[in-house]
Amino acid sequence: MTITPDYYLVLAAMIFTIGAIGFLVRRSVLIMFMCVELMLNAATLSLVAYAQALDNISGQTIVFFVLVVAAAEVAVGLAIIVAIFRRKRGATADDIDLLKG
Amino acid sequence: MEAFVFFVFAVVALAGALGVVLVRNPVHAALSLVATLISVAVFFLLLEAQLLAGVQVIVYASAIVVLFLFVIMLLGVDESISLDDPRPYQRPLALGFGFLLLAEVLFLTGQTWVTGLPSLGSGLGPEAGGNVETVARSIFGDYLWPFEITAILLVIAVVGAVVLARQTFAGSPVVDEKQPEESPGGST
Repeated sequence: MTITPDYYLVLAAMIFTIGAIGFLVRRSVLIMFMCVELMLNAATLSLVAYAQALDNISGQTIVFFVLVVAAAEVAVGLAIIVAIFRRKRGATADDIDLLKG
Repeated sequence: MEAFVFFVFAVVALAGALGVVLVRNPVHAALSLVATLISVAVFFLLLEAQLLAGVQVIVYASAIVVLFLFVIMLLGVDESISLDDPRPYQRPLALGFGFLLLAEVLFLTGQTWVTGLPSLGSGLGPEAGGNVETVARSIFGDYLWPFEITAILLVIAVVGAVVLARQTFAGSPVVDEKQPEESPGGST
């Protein structure tokens, strides 16, 4: 059997859903951040699948930019997490409610 | 052969993704994330995106995950955080919305009207000049301006990360590096 890009799209949708559910369910900030990475990866996978299906290299180029943005996001996000943990050790997402008033 | 590789690594990718969500220990979650990232790199190879497969392994599976592990090491593994949610309605709600999202995305991928482009299933002709050259021509040709902006973005991110990691909040003392991390009251 041949693997058409549809298989990749379905797989990407499943990984994205797992990441989204994990982001909603887990309370540890680090795990939530990893779930964001999962969702980003699912999106890049679907972009590359579309790039091959439509014979358009722009999909792969955009994935390149997504990787750059993901790297920047991880650097800033982990710095924020470290800053939060300096204030509140062992904080979960529920403990960070400064804006709640 | 391609189908065999695809299904094997699809199982690995899904297992890794589930591992990130279900595992209690953050270190194990990071390692599960590596499994998924490497599988995605294999999918890139199958989709004839060789450059992206290499970049995926180098940037994602190495650099980003190592950064995660460094932060986990810095903060310490906290096993006391329970997986149970204080709000009982949150988890079923999240599962419901998750499967709604999955159904929605699967529905949209089969549609033509979303992008105006033909639906999938067609093959791809051989690339002229190899994948790296094609992507490079695209990046340094059509996408030169976005490429320059990413350079600025990376500089801003690095500066921001340094500033955030060293930030002292109003009314809080500077965390002394010589002080042991476990000292109580150091972060009040």
